[in-house]
Amino acid sequence: MNDKDDMLRELYQEVIFDHNRSPRNYRPMTGANRHADGHNPLCGDQLTVYLQVSDGIVHDASFVGHGCAISTASASLMTEAIKGRPLAEVEALFRDFHALLTAARDEPGPQRDFGKLAALAGVREFPARVKCATLAWHTLHNALTGEASTAHTE
Amino acid sequence: MNMHTLQSAPATRPALLQRAADFPILSRPVHGKRLAYLDNGATTQKPDAVIEAERDFYRHSNANIHRGVHWLSQHATELYDTARTSVQGLLNAASADEIVFTRGTTEAINLVAQSWGRPRLTVGDEILVTHMEHHSNIVPWQLLCEQTGAVLKVVPVEINGELDMLAFDGLLGERTRLVAITHVSNALGTVLPVAELTAKAHAAGAVVLVDGAQAVAHTTVDVQAIGCDFYAFSGHKLYGPTGIGALYGRRALLDAMPPWQGGGDMIRTVAFEHTTFAPSPQRFEAGTPNIAGAVGLGAAIEYVRGIGLERIAAHEHALLEQATAALADIRGLRLVGTAANKAGILSFLVDGIHPHDLGTILDSEGVAIRAGHHCAMPLMTRLGIPGTARASFALYNSPADIDALVAAIHKAQRMFGTRGA
Ligand SMILES: Cc1ncc(COP(=O)(O)O)c(C=O)c1O
Repeated sequence: MNDKDDMLRELYQEVIFDHNRSPRNYRPMTGANRHADGHNPLCGDQLTVYLQVSDGIVHDASFVGHGCAISTASASLMTEAIKGRPLAEVEALFRDFHALLTAARDEPGPQRDFGKLAALAGVREFPARVKCATLAWHTLHNALTGEASTAHTE
Repeated sequence: MNMHTLQSAPATRPALLQRAADFPILSRPVHGKRLAYLDNGATTQKPDAVIEAERDFYRHSNANIHRGVHWLSQHATELYDTARTSVQGLLNAASADEIVFTRGTTEAINLVAQSWGRPRLTVGDEILVTHMEHHSNIVPWQLLCEQTGAVLKVVPVEINGELDMLAFDGLLGERTRLVAITHVSNALGTVLPVAELTAKAHAAGAVVLVDGAQAVAHTTVDVQAIGCDFYAFSGHKLYGPTGIGALYGRRALLDAMPPWQGGGDMIRTVAFEHTTFAPSPQRFEAGTPNIAGAVGLGAAIEYVRGIGLERIAAHEHALLEQATAALADIRGLRLVGTAANKAGILSFLVDGIHPHDLGTILDSEGVAIRAGHHCAMPLMTRLGIPGTARASFALYNSPADIDALVAAIHKAQRMFGTRGA
């Protein structure tokens, strides 16, 4: 047992395994009016995020693709977290979540209740894996801002 | 370090080397664990002999080369030339003038593309590569094709990682000007029959470049026996420094090639009306080169030749066999690349665990491997996988490293709940 093992347990929490094994909202969406592709060429992670947005609300969110446990779980948790939320809140969540993962060790990080998403905070200790956790979110951001190009985290 | 296997090994086993003590970095723990460095395909660690040679150069011999009448400059020039002779010896080139120092394999291949290829190739000419090339033996040819109108043709790879030899014969044609093939696949470990492929290519009138990045540290290379026209490698994969490597080119070809970069050291005379160029290899070494790097590379070559490349190959082969057997025993593990003739590289996939996750968990046990596409995206696409986990061996690895690898894979399976244990 060492520090690294503790960090590893922080990274691979049961929530992560659960969402990796059975990702939520894992389906293409026929009625989507926003979607974007994300790609991390370094590890081959690839996903598509679908959204159904109207009246400033994300009514439905889903994704398909393949990737490591961190990126799959992050995408799954993300779809759960944003469903039914106003666009402004989703954008704020994107910013705060990004800050949570990239904050320096001695910084407090954003003050908010991340709910289940907090399970991904352990990624902070694994700089090489931050991109796995943020891929779905960058793709979401592109889908919302209508940037047609593929989101890259490399 | 666990070396008990040496004593208990059956007599038929090739003797394992015990040279880890030559490599200072191997004694540093990682995450509080003994380091099992199995990412040698990416870069190898450096022995004291190489570290000391670079340090000595800066402490006792540093000056610019080819430029000074003063003693130090002549001394540095001699050391640089001696390193070139070491490379010549390593590859068994006919002459040291056939050795051009480069930054590494990538630069060597680009040199051939731009200096040999660009003036010669035209619309409809063909360049033949294999489906298992590293990006650095693909992209320079794609650029050349854009520049000249030549066409890139790809020899398919069998699902076990062997080259489709019949397809090679079929693709080799009248328009084939260049065949660019890897000696050893960095992603799968496949050893290509480069001498046979070279003979066929020559019979068809094509020039042959062999990418030796994954070969030189692991097997004896004889460019004259292979018969190839160009051979490229990187020093850092041969226990040498980064930023230095070499291109072997047959004399007649190099002499006929124009410079590809201009500057000092590569000229004979410069006038604004007309500049004449130095003969090869200086013609291709514009500007102050990586002198200390070359000296370090020379030391690395003398180090491996001192041990003997046959012994290193036997050692790594023994490790490969042990590791192949040990990994094959792991439930849910699939080896990727099972060619009959392989170097010490093991690519694999574990059911339910993405290579990237595997890499992170192995790292927590001090086991350093590579996870990803290994700069061979076309090959991964062909095999229908996003990437693999890869363990690659070097002369300092031991059965203890394989034990650590196996134990760490078991740990990952326990964590992911993909195994009963
Ligand atoms: C087969 C092969 N070719 C070419 C290269 C490129 O070598 P370098 O990056 O040292 O130029 C590598 C190294 O990754 C390799 O494995």
